[in-house]
Amino acid sequence: MDLKELVTYKLKEKFPEVEFDITDYKEQLAVTFDKKNIVNVASFLKDDPDLQFKLCEDVTAIDWARRKNRFAVVYHIFSLKLNSRIRLKSDVDESDLSVDSVAFVWKTADWHERETYDMYGIIFNNHPDFRRMYMPEEFEYYPLRKDFPLMGIPGSLPLPKKDE
Amino acid sequence: MGLEAKLKQDGFFTSTVDALVAWARKSAVWPMPMGISCCAIEMMASGDPRYDIARFGSEVMRFTPRQSDCMIVAGTVTYKMSHVVKKIYDQMPAPKWVIAMGACTSSGGMYRSYPVVQGIDQFMPVDIYLAGCPPRPDNLLNALMQIQEKIGRTKARDFQDRPLPELPVIQNN
Amino acid sequence: MEKITSREEVSTKILQALLNQETDITIEDALENEMILNMGPQHPATHGVLRLLLRLDGETVMACVPELGYLHRGYEKMAENMSYYEFIPHTDRLDYLSPMANNVAWVMAVEKLAGIEAPPRAQYIRMMVSELARIASHLLAIGALTMDVGALTVFLWTLREREKILDIWDILCGARFTNSYTRIGGVANDVQPEALAKIKWFIEQFEENIDECERLINTNRIFVERLDSVGVISAEDAIQIGFTGPNLRGSGVEFDLRRATPYMFYNEMDFKIPVYKEGDCLARYFVRCDETRESIKIIRQILDKMPQGEVIANNPKRVLPKKTEIYSKMEELIHDFMIVNFGINPPVGEVYSAVENPKGELGFYLVSKGEGSPWKCKIRSPSMVNLQALPMLVKGHMISDVVAIIGSLDPVMGEADK
Repeated sequence: MDLKELVTYKLKEKFPEVEFDITDYKEQLAVTFDKKNIVNVASFLKDDPDLQFKLCEDVTAIDWARRKNRFAVVYHIFSLKLNSRIRLKSDVDESDLSVDSVAFVWKTADWHERETYDMYGIIFNNHPDFRRMYMPEEFEYYPLRKDFPLMGIPGSLPLPKKDE
Repeated sequence: MGLEAKLKQDGFFTSTVDALVAWARKSAVWPMPMGISCCAIEMMASGDPRYDIARFGSEVMRFTPRQSDCMIVAGTVTYKMSHVVKKIYDQMPAPKWVIAMGACTSSGGMYRSYPVVQGIDQFMPVDIYLAGCPPRPDNLLNALMQIQEKIGRTKARDFQDRPLPELPVIQNN
Repeated sequence: MEKITSREEVSTKILQALLNQETDITIEDALENEMILNMGPQHPATHGVLRLLLRLDGETVMACVPELGYLHRGYEKMAENMSYYEFIPHTDRLDYLSPMANNVAWVMAVEKLAGIEAPPRAQYIRMMVSELARIASHLLAIGALTMDVGALTVFLWTLREREKILDIWDILCGARFTNSYTRIGGVANDVQPEALAKIKWFIEQFEENIDECERLINTNRIFVERLDSVGVISAEDAIQIGFTGPNLRGSGVEFDLRRATPYMFYNEMDFKIPVYKEGDCLARYFVRCDETRESIKIIRQILDKMPQGEVIANNPKRVLPKKTEIYSKMEELIHDFMIVNFGINPPVGEVYSAVENPKGELGFYLVSKGEGSPWKCKIRSPSMVNLQALPMLVKGHMISDVVAIIGSLDPVMGEADK
């Protein structure tokens, strides 16, 4: 049984009521589903003895700018047992920017989610330490959104005064 | 120095105080290595046996600003970091000099983006702008020699009546 | 969403994160008098601009909060605003201790997205330079770690070895530090005979030199006792926190992307994955030392097996033509113009491509909308993830151990802050 069949079978068996869209592009498996199931699906994939996706590699988001669901949250997880990687995706709309945090499933997601918040402004519920990651705390914008200019907004970041 | 070989008995020199002080100042420039990113590695390389910054009397890298004369800002200065750089610069006692090492420090370089300060001269004075991304260690040594030349032109009284910077003192409780 | 405006609130926010951490550390004769210490961002032992907020009881660390972002340069935003070719020089400055390996990682991600395959000789050259980069990076990691715990001589010795690799790169691509050697579809130029001769000379004399460095410190009691059983992390925790690379292998997990998901020709190479079970700073140091020897073994095999042939793929729409041909042929001139001005336009899709970098797994997640520049580029940097374990590792240790632990994790802030 190849990875796609295995993952499809396992997910369908465990979550019969959830719609999964499983695609395979360039030998990379992507599983798209509704954001409210993210914690359940994540902990199932991690704890299932046949799958064991124990290593969370990356959490990020995509800003699709003009799409109906403007953002998508993307997780890359790796199974040391199967030696393979899958991608989980959930759409997030601008009207409700909150997603449940998976920091309790994979501890590494802690900083990745903080970074995603810093860059896109997506709120992760139940996160243990929710702050900005890179930008100063008083910064008001989310730089990786498509409506943020590359050179930033003048005056939004303070500089020390030059003394003469 | 070769001079003592010419001496028959005890000898003495005559010179101006200015020349003596300038010579002393320029021959032991203790750098404050403000290593931020890639350039810091090349700055470290300039201290290694091949390039050997000790030949110019500058091998004493002091990580405390109170003991240094010349600040080498090596790496991209972001807005978040700029406050730290300025604070450390303010803590250095005068006379002090600054080398802006690398393109990012001098002008923002290849980082035309929102968090990067486009040149540190926006918030502090700079004496030498050093080209390269990152500059090779020999280039840094060249900058150091230029700084020494600049220091050699100073007068002994030049920095006497400069006011000390007012620093915020953090007190416990 | 709350907006923070005044500076008082700001400083309390990081401080609050520190005070919110529950500490289960019990000390005999506790001073009952806690102190907050700020370490960095300008600190010689934090390897760049890492800032730590430490809560101390006497000299014992009760809790720690790392603060990143002092070197955040907006790479991901810049990648969205430039073509795939333009981003190659930027990858040099991600993990600036091993620029070659980053170049390879980036072009592999783009090639996967655009469906280009580099010719075998180019792939062998890429393997060779990434192994050299691994040695260069580990040498500095070993040197910096030993310098942090007080042995300055080793730092000078490893830097001397590193200079030899930089010399090889100088011949190979004309830059000793930030190389930008790889191109989409191959490498910039073939390996010169002088560079090959220099590499052969380097691998012959290297093992002797690293042995010399190891002899100097491996039996040094001060060095060993400062690292032994300091900053222990179990295999379970290491996976949970997302460790990759030498740090994970120091905890007893035999995981290496070169084996797990072989890329280029690593499945034809014969090499061991050094694994140590202890999970402390000393184990991580030993893993790095052993990995340099394995890399030498791989380079030796590469030199034996390297085939002849082209070093850049024949794909005129996607691969930049040679400069000499641009000046003499019309077709090449047009292709060069199109690629430089409009980019290589990979098909719509998304890929995640990861390679085993000296620090761990470096991954690029690229989303293309069929345009010249990526719609989204996410850099999965190993240093950032490895740093995340710091609060866990330093808990209950002394301040001086914090320095050793940071050194053994070997973070590079250029990559951690992006």
